[in-house]
Amino acid sequence: MSSAAPLKILVVDDDPYILMSLEFLMKKNGFDVLVARNGTEALDIIKEQLPSIVLLDIMMPDVDGYQICAYIKSQTILNHCKVIFLSAKSSEADIQKGLDLGASLYITKPFSTRELVKQVKQLTADA
Amino acid sequence: MSEWIILLVCLLYLSILFVIATWAEKRKLKGKSVIHQPIIYSLSLAVYCTAWTFYGSVGRAASNGAEFLAVYIGPTIMAAFFWPVLRKMVRISKELRITSLADFISTRYGKNFSLAIVVSLMAMIGIIPYIGLQIKSISSSLQIIMTEVNHTPASTTILGISITLILMLFTILYGARSVDTTEKHEGLVTVVAFESIVKLLALLVGGLFICYSVFNGPLDLFSTTSQAENAIQKFTMQGPSVYFGWTAMIILSGFAMVLLPRQFQIAVVENVHESHIRSAIWMLPLYLILITLFVLPIALGGSFLFAGSGVDADNYVLAIPLQQSNYWMAMITWIGGFSAASSMIVVEAIAISIMVSNNLVMPILVRNFSREQQPEGSFQQKILWVRRISIALVLILALVYSKTIGQRLTLVSIGLVSFCAVAQFAPALIGGMFWKDGNRNGAMAGMITGFLLWGYTLVLPGAFPDAHFVQHGPWGIAALKPYSLFGLSALDPIAHAMVWSLLANTFLYVTISMHTQAKSQERFQAALFVDVFSNNRISNNEIAWKGNARLKDIQHLLNNFLGEARSHNLLQAYAIRHSIQLDADGQADPRIVTFSERILGGVIGTASARILISNITKEEEINIDEVLNILRENQQTLEMNKELRKRSLELSKATKQLEQANTQLKLLDEQKDEFLYTVTHELRTPLTSIRALSEIVHDNPDLEEEQRQQYLTAITKETERLSHLITQVLTLEKYESGKYRLNLSAINLAEVLHHVINTMQPLAAEKGLQIQLRTAETQALLQADKELITQVCFNLIGNAIKFARQQITITLLSNYDEWQIRVSDDGKGIAQELQQLIFDKFFQARNQTLKKPEGSGLGLAICKEILELHNGQIFVESKPDEGATFICALPA
Repeated sequence: MSSAAPLKILVVDDDPYILMSLEFLMKKNGFDVLVARNGTEALDIIKEQLPSIVLLDIMMPDVDGYQICAYIKSQTILNHCKVIFLSAKSSEADIQKGLDLGASLYITKPFSTRELVKQVKQLTADA
Repeated sequence: MSEWIILLVCLLYLSILFVIATWAEKRKLKGKSVIHQPIIYSLSLAVYCTAWTFYGSVGRAASNGAEFLAVYIGPTIMAAFFWPVLRKMVRISKELRITSLADFISTRYGKNFSLAIVVSLMAMIGIIPYIGLQIKSISSSLQIIMTEVNHTPASTTILGISITLILMLFTILYGARSVDTTEKHEGLVTVVAFESIVKLLALLVGGLFICYSVFNGPLDLFSTTSQAENAIQKFTMQGPSVYFGWTAMIILSGFAMVLLPRQFQIAVVENVHESHIRSAIWMLPLYLILITLFVLPIALGGSFLFAGSGVDADNYVLAIPLQQSNYWMAMITWIGGFSAASSMIVVEAIAISIMVSNNLVMPILVRNFSREQQPEGSFQQKILWVRRISIALVLILALVYSKTIGQRLTLVSIGLVSFCAVAQFAPALIGGMFWKDGNRNGAMAGMITGFLLWGYTLVLPGAFPDAHFVQHGPWGIAALKPYSLFGLSALDPIAHAMVWSLLANTFLYVTISMHTQAKSQERFQAALFVDVFSNNRISNNEIAWKGNARLKDIQHLLNNFLGEARSHNLLQAYAIRHSIQLDADGQADPRIVTFSERILGGVIGTASARILISNITKEEEINIDEVLNILRENQQTLEMNKELRKRSLELSKATKQLEQANTQLKLLDEQKDEFLYTVTHELRTPLTSIRALSEIVHDNPDLEEEQRQQYLTAITKETERLSHLITQVLTLEKYESGKYRLNLSAINLAEVLHHVINTMQPLAAEKGLQIQLRTAETQALLQADKELITQVCFNLIGNAIKFARQQITITLLSNYDEWQIRVSDDGKGIAQELQQLIFDKFFQARNQTLKKPEGSGLGLAICKEILELHNGQIFVESKPDEGATFICALPA
């Protein structure tokens, strides 16, 4: 990963403070960070920028995270794109649904930032 | 001083009146109503003191000594009964939208139409001469001054006509403003109160002038004048007939205080708050004492100065300063007399014209009223014109009377004749408020007989003192002599007429009522009147009507009289409050019909409203058992005090919840889960930011100071959000559990709103928003939990600040029997299908199609709970992109 340009990571959350902290964390760890405050914005960016990783909130106005994940997984051009759900929804069913949609990880809020960074790094190393 | 200065002063005074009236009307629009002050109410009640006080009392004191005091003792005694009697009249009139004496009596006896006509005619015949005499007093007193100044007698006819015309204009301008006669005549009442101050000051100044300028102080006055002739003799009672005369005057004037049309208008119709009556109980007698303070000194001084000169004692107030060549003093006392006469003329004319237009003219107009809708406003215009013409007619009749028959009579005697006429309303009106069995037949027979006897024993002999039947009795039968009926010759004419007319009136009212049956409708009305205080709310009793009416017809009817917008609002609000479905093409709910009738009654009088409603409905006579049942059920509720009623309400609410829990345990469980789930979710979001941000701050000691600050601020904010959320959840839980006990006290909504707005102002200003409070109410009193209502206001205004673009308008208004707080923003509005849902807890969180603003999502749910605890309502009116208006309705 040291060779080419930094990986594009999209952070999607409707809570401004969560968005702010994720943006900081990912930038600090060398990612090219894109942010979206809602589902529509997220879809636009995904189509244009084809990010490698999407940190995805589920409960949002307009389009929810599940729908976005389903979209990503339905597009061949986004085959390389990995989805990590970050959600306050913590029931078994919710987690299962996320993973069934093809997400790589499902992390419940509140989360440890160190853990998150570790997980993201691991995921990119695998790729 | 020349003639034109006098005229100039007159015109100046008249224009001051116009200015004050206009000012008061404007203040009301700005929400700073003048007549919300209790002192204004008490002062305006002093419209009782007319030119009679100014001229007549002095004249009477000069000839009969202390006797004149009787007409002030009567009202003083009546003032002691204001709380049980007047307050009841006010409460009944407000609940039933009664706007005149005729309405009051006819509504009590089953909305009987002929009674309304009889009362209106009696009031007209009894009062118009009295108004005429006031006009006469103005013109002749002006003539006295002008003659003295100019030595050429001015024409009283021209003076009388011009002054009548100006007063007519004033009355029409400020007395016939709106079709709804239950609306207050703000400008007019203010002017009446102002004139009460003027006449009091003028008489006090005049009295001081005589005491100190003509004589050397009161002691000198009394010692000098007591030398003269039979001064002492006048101040001692002589013979039983004098006692009877006194007693009669006290009784008559006591009744007159509340039964004269002008007194009913001011004391009942124009009353804005019942608490004002409490202050009037002492303020009115105080006023009467002050205004009579100098009557005796003036009378004594005048008798002394003008002994044997033939100056009419009625004119001493003017004649003394004129004799002293102090024309300005004469002018001041003249203005006092004018203010006393003019306020009486104006209010009396309005009160009578409402009766004439609503009970004599309107029925003819509405009988041919078509069902179809007239052009918007045309009928309202027609009503206003009828009322204006009635005012003109009343004043013209009074003027004609003063120029013809009235020339010979003195102020006092004609005043007492009028008092005796309105006293005929006493048995039916006051009896009807306290005695359920009094019925229409008794009232009708009593009033008509009393009135005829009044005419026979007072008016006829007064008009034809030398006629054969007066001297010797008709057909020579001495027992029928008008001044000594059945040989009762020991009394003066007033006492004599009062004894016979009131005795016959009361006797017939009681005996006929006891021996005839009232119809069920009438018995229902009787119970409403007598039990008005124990009745929780009259509008809850609107079931005593059975029949069919199409909602469309009802709407057309209201539209014609109130305009489309206003009637729509009234019906909507009523329907929402009582959970009535308004089916545009279907039958109207019976409660809607009764409510509409009451609203119409406020515009055109109860009797005409009855006719209109019965025209468009097919009614069945409800049977007496049903009425009695309704009343009995009511009675049971009534006997409990408010606290108890509330408890039972809470109890039944809890029971209901229990039942629901039993049958829908599963659903409730799901709801509980969902609630918990949503709460956890809402808690997790801020927790996430807090944890993430604090870890960042912790792990990155090299953060830039600015960024570090930013993150720490965010952490604080999110912590606040968390604790706010927890408080809100606990609050809601507390209200929902039914365990919360309201801490009720009398609160003033206007004050609460002012407080909340002041607190929120900085926040709004920060966002560049204007907050405007629009209200005419300064005393929006009700029993409520102040803390909770304040919280509702905070929540609603806080929401408005979040959504508004530029402007937030808060309106406080009295909508019939409830207070409404309306909070409007100019934001993007709320879609129709969401308007019900937004009051659910966590609606925002669950319905993610909305842009998510800050807040817990529990604010509106809490508002709803609070209002429901107060038996109130909250709902929203909104059109997309035109902003939203949240309406809280609280029972007044």
